[in-house]
Amino acid sequence: MRHVISILMENEAGALSRVAGLFSARGYNIESLTVAPTEDASLSRMTIVTRGSEEIIEQITKQLNKLIDVVKLVDLSADEHIEREMALIKVKAVGEAREEYKRLADIFNGRIIDVTEASYTIELTDSGDRIIEFIAAIHADEIIEIVRSGVSGIARGEKSLHP
Amino acid sequence: MELTGAEILVRSLKEEGVTHLFGYPGGAVLHIYDALYQQEDVKHILVRHEQAATHAADGYARSTGNAGVALVTSGPGATNAVTGIATAYMDSIPMVVITGQVFSNMIGNDAFQEVDSIGITRPCVKHNFLVKDVADLAETIKKAFYIATTGRPGPVVIDLPKDVTANKAEFNYPDKVSIRSYNPVVSGHIGQIKRAVTMMLSARRPIFYTGGGVVLGRGAAELTELAQQLNYPVTNTLMGLGAYPATDQQFLGMLGMHGTYEANMTMHHCDVLIAIGARFDDRVTGNIEKFCPHAKIIHVDIDPSSISKNVKVDVPIVGSVPNVLREMIALIKGGNSKPDEIALGEWWKQINEWRGTECLKYDEQSGKVKPQQVMESLYRETNGDAFVTSDVGQHQMWAAQYYKFDKPYRWINSGGLGTMGFGLPAAMGAQFAHPDATVACVTGEGSIQMCIQELSTCLQYGLPIKIIALNNRYLGMVRQWQEFFYDGRYAMSYMEALPDFVKLAESYGHVGMRIDNPADVDGAMEEAMKLKNRLVFMDFVTDQEENVYPMIPAGAGLNEMILV
Repeated sequence: MRHVISILMENEAGALSRVAGLFSARGYNIESLTVAPTEDASLSRMTIVTRGSEEIIEQITKQLNKLIDVVKLVDLSADEHIEREMALIKVKAVGEAREEYKRLADIFNGRIIDVTEASYTIELTDSGDRIIEFIAAIHADEIIEIVRSGVSGIARGEKSLHP
Repeated sequence: MELTGAEILVRSLKEEGVTHLFGYPGGAVLHIYDALYQQEDVKHILVRHEQAATHAADGYARSTGNAGVALVTSGPGATNAVTGIATAYMDSIPMVVITGQVFSNMIGNDAFQEVDSIGITRPCVKHNFLVKDVADLAETIKKAFYIATTGRPGPVVIDLPKDVTANKAEFNYPDKVSIRSYNPVVSGHIGQIKRAVTMMLSARRPIFYTGGGVVLGRGAAELTELAQQLNYPVTNTLMGLGAYPATDQQFLGMLGMHGTYEANMTMHHCDVLIAIGARFDDRVTGNIEKFCPHAKIIHVDIDPSSISKNVKVDVPIVGSVPNVLREMIALIKGGNSKPDEIALGEWWKQINEWRGTECLKYDEQSGKVKPQQVMESLYRETNGDAFVTSDVGQHQMWAAQYYKFDKPYRWINSGGLGTMGFGLPAAMGAQFAHPDATVACVTGEGSIQMCIQELSTCLQYGLPIKIIALNNRYLGMVRQWQEFFYDGRYAMSYMEALPDFVKLAESYGHVGMRIDNPADVDGAMEEAMKLKNRLVFMDFVTDQEENVYPMIPAGAGLNEMILV
């Protein structure tokens, strides 16, 4: 099962490697990991997407909680939540394709943020699934490169992770 | 008044009540050594290798329950200490290790004796700190001791760049510390404790399976009271020996791979398993698919991640062992329910039948010195009251099987990591903590050579440790597995070119004895114990091919032991 774990942790050097090291040392899988400071400069917020049985996810959350730098964490996928990911997609854009990519970007609420004679760079912010759908709509030969941010997640409603 | 970082460190250690610091100097820690030189509150013990510094601090901790402290230099000092840190981590031993580091402005430049100590130790510490500003030093030390000694204990590393030890700051040692992200649980959930008590009282075939957490959590007295209140059988893990008096009738011996037949059979057939401060290690459970097939499981542990890690439990209780057990004792006293006496009588009858197997008996007529005989002799000659450290291998199992520990903190061994070389330096730590007690290091001719240089430390400080070397000229446990599972192909398990241990001991200024006749074992042991002020190296030339029995082979269940 896919799980999205959101972590509030001390914004200190080495905190990220403690989390990443835990996953590699214990053989847990990381599908994506994002981290950035929060409105409180002493805290960072991390979103990890991982896969595993219920037992493994239980161990992952317990082991993460054991890290001294981890202030609080929640398995977002246990409840209603929102996930967003940003992708930058650079495609070959010549001739008729230019108009086609413009239309496609509009359909997906994407924006073309860089244009050259032969290429577009499209920015898309959506759920991971929608990003995958968008990428699938482009012929593989036309893709120059793709950069994805990994998932950020937040609980729906008024709940927050703050202590 | 402003103090240097080095002075702040030493003053802080004094504030923490540290009396012994095990270490080895080097460039990055010279300021600290200079500060140590100018005071007398914290005694520095000079070891001969940094691995021994950490094991000695560890032995000090295991024999007292208080944090042990080690000090090593940067680079190789730190990497040599890693084995000792990992050893403490696996067994949850409270320890603070101070590693020197190169000047802050040189970190990352591949400076002389630079290594990323924080990175290297990260997976084997409870936490580690790099101190960048001398103003943070005192608080960091306070935090380190707090983290090391509370919750599930463990080693904490403080990495100290050389400039931080020279820079000055006001010294104010904090009275207490709070860490917003670290709040270890103390009391167990009362609802869960009630459920557990109901389950315990409804048991027909109960057993207490208790581990190192009972010793570390200082819950041995509570365990004894609870088990005796109920008259339920008790088995200890390797790490838990001493948590329940081994000479008591209710004690079944150690369980697991080399546990007793009665302990393992009682485990296998129980209907309620009460696990306390134990972690269902693979050496205990055997084949997890076959583990305790009929049992409802109660698990008390201070670390939530230990619960349902290997085995799914029915009643988890997160809390400190003595607190939870006191609640249980009170509930049982105050309640109307009593254990089912008839069922319990049947259960004890069955257990005593298993006991009748006498799984620890051995051939006493072989004409050879049997390792088991040496352990029994050690037990008798020390009145069962010694601090016994061990290395790793067959001798470790024999010590665990034949020395009956009635008190906690007496049995000191590397259970989790299985570190050869642990025994002698750990014995040094225990002897410093208990200068008047008998400290015996049970070892083999393989293990002892991994930290043999510490014989020199023992001479310098006059440590009267009794080294009991079971010398079978083989890496015995390796040989045993090769005999059983590799058709007797003894690859690299034979110890050729052994030194003359008697002469070796003498060259270090100690007493050496060689015993190769079973008739001489008791006499030699008695003589050695009388040498109160001398280290005695007893080289027992034992039966070369003796194996540790009983044994659960890999993949088997607890009810599938090889007896002899």
